[in-house]
Amino acid sequence: MKEKKSKLIVTFHTVTAAMAMESACTAAGMPGRLIPLPREISAGCGMAWSAPVEARAQLEAFVKDRAIPAKGWYELQL
Amino acid sequence: MIYLDNAATTLKKPDCVVQAVTHALTSMGNSARGTHDSALQSARSVFQARSSIAKLFNAPGPERVAFTKNSTEALNLAICGLFNQGDHVITTDLEHNSVLRPLYRLESEGIITLSVVPADKTGRVDYDDFTRLLCGQTRGIVCTHASNLTGNTLDLHRIGQIARAHNLFLVVDASQSAGVLDIDMEQMGISVLCFTGHKSLMGPQGTGGLCVARDVDLRPLQVGGSGTESFSPTHPTEMPTRLEAGTLNGHGIAGLGAGVDFILETGVERIRRHEIALAKRFYDGVTNLPGITVYGDFSSWERTAVVALNIGDYDSGAVSDALWEDYAIATRPGAHCAPRLHNALGTAEQGAVRFSFCWFNTEEEVDTAISALRELAQ
Repeated sequence: MKEKKSKLIVTFHTVTAAMAMESACTAAGMPGRLIPLPREISAGCGMAWSAPVEARAQLEAFVKDRAIPAKGWYELQL
Repeated sequence: MIYLDNAATTLKKPDCVVQAVTHALTSMGNSARGTHDSALQSARSVFQARSSIAKLFNAPGPERVAFTKNSTEALNLAICGLFNQGDHVITTDLEHNSVLRPLYRLESEGIITLSVVPADKTGRVDYDDFTRLLCGQTRGIVCTHASNLTGNTLDLHRIGQIARAHNLFLVVDASQSAGVLDIDMEQMGISVLCFTGHKSLMGPQGTGGLCVARDVDLRPLQVGGSGTESFSPTHPTEMPTRLEAGTLNGHGIAGLGAGVDFILETGVERIRRHEIALAKRFYDGVTNLPGITVYGDFSSWERTAVVALNIGDYDSGAVSDALWEDYAIATRPGAHCAPRLHNALGTAEQGAVRFSFCWFNTEEEVDTAISALRELAQ
């Protein structure tokens, strides 16, 4: 396994919201990608947006501006 | 073969639909069950389809578009998920059984009371009847946009105004109109718009769905796998997951999305004009043939490209069979799952032969069908 690094994790209520995040971020050149939801957040299945922690302020502003329904924001060692 | 049964299913699909389904079958995984490339390809395809459908109908957003296997499932979801004990619902004589039977079932179970706006012998309704039938318990109107039997439309702007004025839900069956008539959920005041993928949206069978206004919550008919919240004993409540239990028909939805994109690129109005020109050419060619009776209201061409008729008192099944056997022309005979309208038109016993035209039909095909009917009517 790779060495763990600090990551920003954004979660969503639905896959549709996650896909809206990916679509908007890809179009705008925002950092990050979709990953399986880490177990530290939930033992369930699902997907989350993973990005460098340094991008948090930029992404928070972006999500607010685009009205993307994010559920939670986390910084985890992954 | 000349295929004029497009109101049942469009046979010829745009090449992009065939390519999208083929690509999906060979490359896509499960759209909400992982983040490897195959799963994400499917999730992106489903999201793109939701976005295109929301754009076509001016729905509130992709998250308010839920997929089902057809209009019938969507209408069951809407009707059973919206109305409660003691509610009164208004519908019309123009409806397909996919509207009538869910309503009849709720009525027979003593959950709702039902009133029906009658149609006259040409299939027209009096819009004042919607208001006349209102009572204190009236909670909603459920109606088609276009009759599958005559092609006549209901004025959704007008019905939407009535629904808004009396704080009613408006559930619309767009099975025959989606993709060929303008539909604007917001302007028309539509609470739930139900559609199927395999007719005028040019997608595969097994696809359909419903668009739900932002202020409307539907009780789901099914709960189960959702791809999220695995350890919760209850199904997620957020749209569209709320209404989508189990794996979606991702392969079919890829084709549906391609069909809707084809319509958005081609233009609804351009498609409508082409289809109506064919229907008008056909109507003009057959309406005065001896022994032919055409059903419905043709005083306006604000309709879909459907012409239903009979020859004398011949069984409509026999006429349709002769068209197929002798001329290789595919039509639909008999009763068209619209029993109340057949009663209004006086065709309950004879049924009717329905000719329905699509974007891919040609004037030459129409002229061949006219010639065939001329010979059969002699």
